[in-house]
Amino acid sequence: MKNKLNVSSDGLKNSMNVSTNWLLKRFPLSRMWNDHMAQYYAPKNFNFWYFFGSLALLVLVNQIITGILLTMNYKPDAKLAFDSVEYIMRDVNWGWLIRYMHSTGASAFFIVIYLHMFRGMIYGSYKKPRELVWIFGMLLFLCLMAEAFMGYLLPWGQMSYWGAQVIISLFSAIPVIGEDLSLWVRGDYVISDATLNRFFAFHVIAVPLALIILVFLHIIALHEVGSNNPDGIEIKESKDPWGHPVDGIPFHPYYTVKDLVGVGVFLFFFATIIFYMPEMGGYFLEHANFIPADPLKTPEHIAPLWYFTPFYAILRAIPDKFMGVIAMGGAIVVLFLLPWLDRCKVKSIRYRGGIFKKSFVLFIISFIVLGYLGTQPATPGYTMLARVFTAIYFGFFLLLPIYTPWEKTKPVPKSVTHEKTAMEDYSALVDTFDKMTVKQEPIKTSWGGTVTPVKPDAAGIKNVLIQLAKKLKESLD
Amino acid sequence: MKKIIYTFLLLLPLSVMASGGVRLQSVDIDLSDFESMQKGAKHYVTYCLGCHSLKHMRYKRIAVDLNIDEDTVLEEIAPEGAGIYDQMHTAMDKRDSSKWFGTTPPDLSLIARSRGADWIYSYLKGFYKDESKPLGVNNTVFKGVGMPNMLWKLQGTQTPTFTTVEGQEVLAYLKLTKPGTLSPGEFDTMVTELVNFLVYVGEPMQLERLTMGKYVLLFFLMFTIIAYLLKKEYWKDIDS
Repeated sequence: MKNKLNVSSDGLKNSMNVSTNWLLKRFPLSRMWNDHMAQYYAPKNFNFWYFFGSLALLVLVNQIITGILLTMNYKPDAKLAFDSVEYIMRDVNWGWLIRYMHSTGASAFFIVIYLHMFRGMIYGSYKKPRELVWIFGMLLFLCLMAEAFMGYLLPWGQMSYWGAQVIISLFSAIPVIGEDLSLWVRGDYVISDATLNRFFAFHVIAVPLALIILVFLHIIALHEVGSNNPDGIEIKESKDPWGHPVDGIPFHPYYTVKDLVGVGVFLFFFATIIFYMPEMGGYFLEHANFIPADPLKTPEHIAPLWYFTPFYAILRAIPDKFMGVIAMGGAIVVLFLLPWLDRCKVKSIRYRGGIFKKSFVLFIISFIVLGYLGTQPATPGYTMLARVFTAIYFGFFLLLPIYTPWEKTKPVPKSVTHEKTAMEDYSALVDTFDKMTVKQEPIKTSWGGTVTPVKPDAAGIKNVLIQLAKKLKESLD
Repeated sequence: MKKIIYTFLLLLPLSVMASGGVRLQSVDIDLSDFESMQKGAKHYVTYCLGCHSLKHMRYKRIAVDLNIDEDTVLEEIAPEGAGIYDQMHTAMDKRDSSKWFGTTPPDLSLIARSRGADWIYSYLKGFYKDESKPLGVNNTVFKGVGMPNMLWKLQGTQTPTFTTVEGQEVLAYLKLTKPGTLSPGEFDTMVTELVNFLVYVGEPMQLERLTMGKYVLLFFLMFTIIAYLLKKEYWKDIDS
């Protein structure tokens, strides 16, 4: 009896081997796995900023799955669309969760992508040999904006309707062909059922398809040249006797387990928004969008969703409508050109010159301020502010080719430097806290233990602040 | 350069002030108070459902969410002839209403999400006597309102006092000149119940969402801790 069982389990093993071999002889599964996961060598010094690539992939998967589920109950029809969304929210089992995952996912996608782009900019990941990775990434960003814009029309609320109306009417600012072009895009003289249907088609199939293809190209191009790192040095230049980069580690399992931590932290915040603040104070779901679209009632204040507001502010800052459209487009085009505008050989901001660091800080400030201004009504004061920050935004890019060839850089290390771990960050924080406080006499508590109360120490706080200011100044030199 | 900075400093507060609107009274919403929401549902059917539907809401849903049995909902809340699976439709004909009021009274299923609880509260309490208007009333938060004050019998009549600020007539305060059947305190409670109900109607699953959230967060917290320990174990042999 026992013997018989052993034979059958051997038989099973054997037949599994046979079928696996059959597959592997016909499909390069193990080679793909090795090339992109188990033997893809990534620099070992990835820090916090390197979580957002894999998180973007996670959010994309979330959007596709929840999107498919939403499509099963959504009706792309101007008469039914708004009510079908409320039907999903109320009568479809778990419909509310699916919808909030999708609407929060849209905003999360932009947060993650903006941070991912920020990472690329500070560590010079757009520079040779990664120009194409950056171009594919920028195309992805463009597709993502198209996807979000068209998806936002689908709930057919007031803000969906009038937001789309404002943006599509921008086409009409183009001389000669403008009017016909915007008519062609809308399929009607105003946003209507025809527009809703074509936007639905683009949102659920055309653009997602382009997104998936571009993600594929982005990753393949990245794996061909290898990942950049916070020190901005090429790990492929120093290899061990086996041909592996000395500073590299296999992506799997090291970065798969590390990214899993990032996923956990991200999902914690993601769930907090979904369950406790799905509207995010009107930034993720706008209040006016709970009123069905009404072509006869223009809302008093039309604002795009937060992720478009920096570009919207640039559009409004320019007095002429057509020039505004050009400027808005230009704000994205300059990002495409970044690898060629920046002539500095050093990649990472850690070893770059003071001018670049300071102008980059100004650029980030201008992006955030423009983002805020885009949410506000265009008062004369705000428009003036928007103009100044638009100038700073473009100034950052257009001045790059002038000063970067002569930038005074710092020596770049041969090998990657040590990245602080979360534990080290934590103990540094505890040290700082100790410096800022004075310990008091220990007190016995009612439950038998002792606690040492602390008091803020004015001199200590002053010292820490001075150190901080010095450090900040040094890091900008 | 200095000039530009000064201009900003001057303009900043101005532009902030320009965006200000009517100050709203704040209402204390309690979505765990089922009794208040049940009473609110009753008030809604009595005073509002005549004109304003809640077409995304079913009587069955009220019974399940607010812990009332279905027969009680049909007897005490729903109007004559409504079934438990019915949506809260209004009996008023659209053509009639647009003839009478010049517009169709909007569906209020999502009013709490588009306007907010404080706005509804201030609106319902903001009616005042204005003989110049066709319905004899105006509203503090909704100028030239096309709706009569449905609660006037309960609230009484409020008369406005105006002051002149920079050459413009501005409403200073409202005074109760003719008391209604309810005292001001009782009236406030009643309006609060009504608003409480409307906030619930705006998103019925929020009751479920808020209780479920903590378990989901706890799960992700555990997940993160385990993932972190796993990472530490794997990365032991990497000197970074």
